[in-house]
Order: sequence, then C-alpha cells, then structure tokens
Amino acid sequence: MAHYEASIRRPLITGDKTYADVTRDIAFPVEGPANKQWWLVFTIALIAFLYGIGCITYTISTGIGVWGLNKTVGWAWDITNFVWWVGIGHAGTLISAVLLLFRQKWRMAINRSAEAMTIFSVIQAGLFPIIHMGRPWLAYWVLPIPNQFGSLWVNFNSPLLWDVFAISTYLSVSLVFWWTGLLPDFAMIRDRAITPFNKKIYGILSFGWSGRAKDWQRFEEVSLVLAGLATPLVLSVHTIVSFDFATSVIPGWHTTIFPPYFVAGAVFSGFAMVNTLLIVMRKVCHLENYITIQHIELMNLVIMITGSIVGVAYITELFMAWYSGVEYEQYAFLNRATGPYAWAYWSMMTCNVFSPQFMWFKKLRTSIVFSFAISIVVNIGMWFERFVIIVTSLHRDYIPSSWTMFSPTFVDIGIFIGTIGFFFVLFLLYARTFPVIAQAEVKSILRSSGNKYKEMRENQPTSNQNAASGDPMAHPSE
Amino acid sequence: MLPLVTQWHIQASKTMATQKIHALYNDDAILLLAVKKIREQHYHIEEIFCPFPVHGLEKAMGIASTRLAVTSFLYGIVGLAVATAMMNYIMIEDWPQNIGGKPSFSYIENMPAFVPIMFELTVFFAAHLMVITFYLRSRLWPFKKAENPDVRTTDDHFLMEVDAHGEDLESITKFLYDTGAVELVLIDKEDH
Repeated sequence: MAHYEASIRRPLITGDKTYADVTRDIAFPVEGPANKQWWLVFTIALIAFLYGIGCITYTISTGIGVWGLNKTVGWAWDITNFVWWVGIGHAGTLISAVLLLFRQKWRMAINRSAEAMTIFSVIQAGLFPIIHMGRPWLAYWVLPIPNQFGSLWVNFNSPLLWDVFAISTYLSVSLVFWWTGLLPDFAMIRDRAITPFNKKIYGILSFGWSGRAKDWQRFEEVSLVLAGLATPLVLSVHTIVSFDFATSVIPGWHTTIFPPYFVAGAVFSGFAMVNTLLIVMRKVCHLENYITIQHIELMNLVIMITGSIVGVAYITELFMAWYSGVEYEQYAFLNRATGPYAWAYWSMMTCNVFSPQFMWFKKLRTSIVFSFAISIVVNIGMWFERFVIIVTSLHRDYIPSSWTMFSPTFVDIGIFIGTIGFFFVLFLLYARTFPVIAQAEVKSILRSSGNKYKEMRENQPTSNQNAASGDPMAHPSE
Repeated sequence: MLPLVTQWHIQASKTMATQKIHALYNDDAILLLAVKKIREQHYHIEEIFCPFPVHGLEKAMGIASTRLAVTSFLYGIVGLAVATAMMNYIMIEDWPQNIGGKPSFSYIENMPAFVPIMFELTVFFAAHLMVITFYLRSRLWPFKKAENPDVRTTDDHFLMEVDAHGEDLESITKFLYDTGAVELVLIDKEDH
C-alpha cells in the first residue's frame, strides 16, 4: 500500500475525514454566513483601527511632538512596535518554509494562516517607520532613484536602508509564496461556488488554476525553491532589524549577539501569535480535526525551545557586559535590571524566560486554555523585550544631566492599538473569505496521516508486510 | 472498484472528429497504477487534472522534469549583478562620500557593508522572476478562464483525458474500468 506511515505517529487529521470532507470543512467558513461573535470582534477591531487612523492623522498633521519622545529618548514606542510586529511575522515564514524543507507534515494545517499573519503583521510594522518620517508623502526618498538634490543618493552603508530592502523583499516574497499556494484552494472554492458573483471573484483570485499534472509539478518545484529562498531571507530580515541597533555605539545595543538573539525572539513571539490566533480560529471555524491538540503541542515545544534560547541570550548579554570591563556597558545592564525601568525588565524576564518553561509538562502543553494564556503572556513579554532594549538603553545616556524617563502620550498608545485593530480587521476578513487551511496540501497527506486511512491500514496488517516498504510505486516488481 | 456511473455524451459526429475519453478516478494510489497500465497498453494519456499534487504522477506519465529551479538560479545571479552594479555606481562612482570613515574609493573595500542588499536583491530577483515564469508557463493570471473539464477535479476526483481516436471504444472502455476508473465520459468533438 502506498502512503505508508509508521503507526506510532499520531494522525494529523482526526475524525475519519475523506477528500470530500476536507473540501467541505474548509469551504464552510467561506460559504456560510458570519456569526454574531465574528461581527462583535470585527466591530471592536474596526473601532480600534479607526481610532489608530485618527491618531496617525493627528501625528502627521501636527508633528512627531505629539508623541512622548524627548531629546534623550528619540526612539520609543514606534520602533518597539515596529520590531514587535516584524518579529511576529517571522513564524509564518518559518512554518511554511523551514518546516517544508524539514518535511514536517504538521505544518500543512497551519501554514496558510501563519503566512497570512506574517503578511498582515509586516504591513503593521511597515507603517511605523513611514509615520515616524513625519512627512510620509516623502517616503519614496528611501528608494535609490535619480534626483535633483545634487544627485544625493540613499546611503547603502546604513542598516536603516538595509531594512528598507529587507522588509520590502520579505513582504513581497511572502506575498507571492502565500498567493501561489492559495491558487488551488481558490480554485476549489470557485468550483463549488453557487452564486455567479462568487464564481467570478474566486475565478479571478484563482488565476484560472486547472490542476494539470504539469502545473502541479511546477507548483511543487516553485514551492520548494521559494522555501529555500525564504529560509535565509527570514533569518536575514530580523538580523538586519537587529543591525539597526547593533551597528550603533549605544551601550546595550552595541552587541554581537543581537542577530541570533533577535531571530530566536522573533520566532518565539511569532509562534505565540500563531497559537493565539489558531486556538480561537479552530474553534470558531470548526477545524478541530485539522488543527489538533498535537499541532498546539508542537507549537508549544517550539515556543519552549526558542524561549529558552532567548533566555540564554539575556544571560549571555549580562555576562558579556560584566566581562567586557566597559563601564558604560556594565551600567546599561545594571540600570536595566535595577534602575527605574526594572519593572519592565523583570516583566520581560518573567514572561519570556520563566513562563515558557511550563511547557516541559505534557499536561500543560496539551491544555488549550493554558496554551492560549501562555501565548498572550509571551506576546506581552516580547513587546517588553523591545521596549527594554530600546528605552532603557537610551534614557540614561553618556551625560547624566540629560537623563530622563519616557512616558507615552495617548497618541503613542492610540497608534499601537490602531495597528492591533488593523491586524485583526485584516485577519478576520481573511478568515471569512480565504481558505484558511491549505486544503490541497492536507489532501496530499490524508492517506498517510489521516485517522481514517491509518486505521484502515492497521486493520489489515499483512498488506504492509508483503512488500519491502509497502509502497508499490517504489517497488513495482513486488 | 466497480464502475459507479456510466455516462455517454455522444454528439453527432459528422466529419473528422477527435474522440477523447474522460476517465475519472477517486483514489490517487489507484490512479498511479492505472497510469502505468494504460501506458503499457500504448493508449495515449493527454492530461490528468488533480485536486492535489500526486507524488510520482509526472514520472509515471512520462512528463519531463521542470527547469524552474534552474531559472531561479539564473535570475538570482541577475539580481546579484544588478545589486553590485547599482551600488558600485551610486556609492563609488557617482558620488563617493565619507560615511563614518568607511572606504568609499573601491567597491571591494566597501563591499562588506553592501552584503545585505546584495543578498536581498538576489532573493528578490530569484523569487519573483521564477514565480512570474511559472505563472506564464502554466498560463495563470487574473481573468484567465479555468480549463478543468469537471468541477470535481478540485474536490476529490482525478480526471484523465485519454485519446480514443481510432480506438475500439468498447475495449478501451472495459480496459479503463478495469484500471479502477469510477466514471467514463466520451467527448466527441469536431475538428475545426
């Protein structure tokens, strides 16, 4: 029998699903009407988004002075939010690209939504540098285009410009990766559509996908190569984000550990956000048979490992500050842990290093309520990490007379809330209109990893023993 | 596997006509074995429409492997060249500046600072141009009309187009059912 998989592997698709069941279950949230909870959450998200637009309008029409920044702390919530959102984005690419290269079949139930999360959160991240420019209509000045300012080009030595290239490459490549994977699934919805309007819309979105054998061959090759390209890309993006700090000469920023530390932190926060979103989505969209407890458990394990890497990085930073013998460096870290922002530092430590350690216990990492709670805690902790790195390193600089504190204004808070609203507006619209699980990919593993077929195989044990591998394609002579 | 439904859609054939049989399968393992058997009998499989990628199908059908990965590699080299030429012109030739004391008189000395952008543009070109090539080769774009003959091919059925021109319909029908087809449709089209 083809599709052999060891019986000790737990099924990835539970509930006796056939191909037609997969189609129906994944088309259901798109075809059915929205329920009351969806409208309620959507309304809240939309209000938050509109409030954020109001705050952005106020900032741009009045000036950056409406934020809580001062001459000592020139970067605070804006860049904290930027790094936080970019970091969240990393899990999507990690799941779809890195786990594809590692042939992890469990990614198939979650990659679509994780990639959607990536794209929507990178959009939020991109807003902050543009707003912080103060004159966003001049945002095109970051591009290397010929100009009349004495041919004043952009500075390719600057990590801020590297960021422009890294983030835009990341966003655009993630988008085509996501869309290419969506084509067969849009085609599935198109072919089921009843109303001419839906047929038309999904016909356009599916680019006329027909599913020829040759198309599938190319599709798989393109997916594999994109995964190969996206893997170093995702690592480069947060590495370059960390260069924004690491290439400076600010104590607390000027450390060589930043690139791996930021990448691990990004994966950590991204998986936490995937868990937050999917634990709710599997319930609302009735996808418990596809996004199983096993999926949540595996994501919790990734959270535990990356959380531990982040913990090691925190401690290494402290050690290196002491070991360097540089007074300014030592003070920056002493001030973080014991100074006026100690509450932020210890919140970060508790949320990011301590809380994921609960995942060593199987009972806890397979508990949905506990996983959801930890995912929120980690999201908060990772926001604090960026706040601690940015604000505590700046607020006490080389001249004690300029030492000060940072407190956000309602505008700082409003823009942050606005991006959370915008993110959920996009995600909720996505959950109602897009196939939220890569159904074609799930179908391709249904025979090997579906509950129904695994049981069928195990009830006829002799069929696997006749051939060397049990695979008639691999051993046609048998 | 027994035939479930038998349908014959025969349009009146007047002059020269191409006859095709659409054989539907509902199991990818059976489909793979069927492809092998059909090719052994020297029937011609024109196309197979699948709801998901069936591993080994293109090999069984005798489809040549795709060279999209090679194009991606070549596009990546183009991206690297574009990045190098662009930054060499902007930072070294057109307007060299002293930025933080970094060397600005030769590309190779200043190169370490340019590595991130050289990498990003390599990936940008390799990814986007490969995807565009894929879309063009597979004829995929917005407003393109879908060409799968049966809507079930995006759900749970595999549709095989077998050339039946000049074949004995009765024997090929029986043969296809024996390979595990669940439904056969005769397509009788006039040539234009």
